[in-house]
Amino acid sequence: MVTELFPVTLKGAETSRRGKRLVGPVDLSLDGQGLCVVLGPNGSGKTTLLRLMHGTARLTGGTVQWACDMDTARHHQAFVFQRPVVLRRTVEENLTYPLRLRGVDRKAAKAAAQDWAERVGLGQHLTRRAMVLSGGEQQKLAIARALITNPALVFLDEPTASLDGRAMREIEAILLQAKADGTRLILSTHDMGQARRIADEVVFILGGQVHETGPAKMFFDTPKTPEARAFLKGDIVE
Amino acid sequence: MRHAFWLVVTFDAELAEIALRSLRVTLTALVIACLIALPLAALLAVRRFRWRRATIALLNALMGLPPVVVGLIVYIFLSRSGPFGALGLLFTPTAMIVAQVIIIVPLIASIAHQSLRELWAEYHDLLISMNVTQMQKMRTLIWDARRALLTAALAGFGRGIGEVGAIMIVGGNIDNATRVLTTAIALETGKGEFALALALGFVLIALALGVNLAIHWIGQTERDSRW
Repeated sequence: MVTELFPVTLKGAETSRRGKRLVGPVDLSLDGQGLCVVLGPNGSGKTTLLRLMHGTARLTGGTVQWACDMDTARHHQAFVFQRPVVLRRTVEENLTYPLRLRGVDRKAAKAAAQDWAERVGLGQHLTRRAMVLSGGEQQKLAIARALITNPALVFLDEPTASLDGRAMREIEAILLQAKADGTRLILSTHDMGQARRIADEVVFILGGQVHETGPAKMFFDTPKTPEARAFLKGDIVE
Repeated sequence: MRHAFWLVVTFDAELAEIALRSLRVTLTALVIACLIALPLAALLAVRRFRWRRATIALLNALMGLPPVVVGLIVYIFLSRSGPFGALGLLFTPTAMIVAQVIIIVPLIASIAHQSLRELWAEYHDLLISMNVTQMQKMRTLIWDARRALLTAALAGFGRGIGEVGAIMIVGGNIDNATRVLTTAIALETGKGEFALALALGFVLIALALGVNLAIHWIGQTERDSRW
């Protein structure tokens, strides 16, 4: 499934709103393996870059090209938001929702929901309303709902930004397991510690421009650009 | 007053017939109005089109539509010389249902739209990212907001069951045919039959409360961890 989508190639991709360029022009190519971290400070354009690739932000210039057509690409993708969006339903109904949309029968959808709830530690909460779960549990639910359709690629927009250390560790474990199962993950964060822990590849973005891309080890050991060096040193970069 | 209570507790046949007719007309109108108003409200919440703002403004304005004027217009359309005169619907419960539907659709649609718009703001990013169809979005919103939509339906029921001007004009308040609680109250008050009018009033209040409670109970709106 992975080879159907990748590589994704951005050529001069940019998006503007009311005459102000938010991101771009970006030239970038990503293949279909591992966990890519889009790293940068707040307001650098991480979320917009993810949305551009996913096709939910309007492209005002350049192209985003998948190995297949956009509709097929979207079908094999999922998106997890910084603030978890849960449906006003039970945990089980949240998990079965994307499967039911795709025509999976009720019994099979329920079995998959049970399985994924167990995997992310929500097995005891299947019949609870999703809105009463804690922030960390809601984010785990959102991730499980994204993964339940077995997508080739999942975008995660700062999924642990407002969570404590324990919830962050649990979510990182879920993501690493998903990666091990063959799902391509593109995650945005401003947390260098998290990027060091989980990234295979880093895209460093600042002021809407991609400044550096490459394997994580290379990026952290020998950053090429002064901006990346300053960011890694802990300086305030804008 | 005692006579009025006596009529209610002895379940006076005439009173029961009028009450049942009221309920039948208003519930039928409510179901039809919900079938029109709820999808319309959902469409206005999820879809951006040229006349959307104007449609919302119009619906809000129509909430204050004078029932007597609605009755008059329906009367003109259904009268023998009107475009639908051949159907022979004037002075029938169907004509009363038509009038009630016209009166309560804007009310239900406006209230429903408020709830669905808020829910859409919450779900927007998720449903867009899931690439769901317009119809799936609308179904999801209506289903997930169903408890809030009950309030809209109840407001419509309240307006319908208490309506007198329009249904008096298009129904004609004909005994054993189109007489309902509100028109009967108006008639009996005019005749000076205050006991029967009061009894009808008690039944009207009881029906309104009963239907509200039944819908809340069915919708389980106050159950733990529900919305």
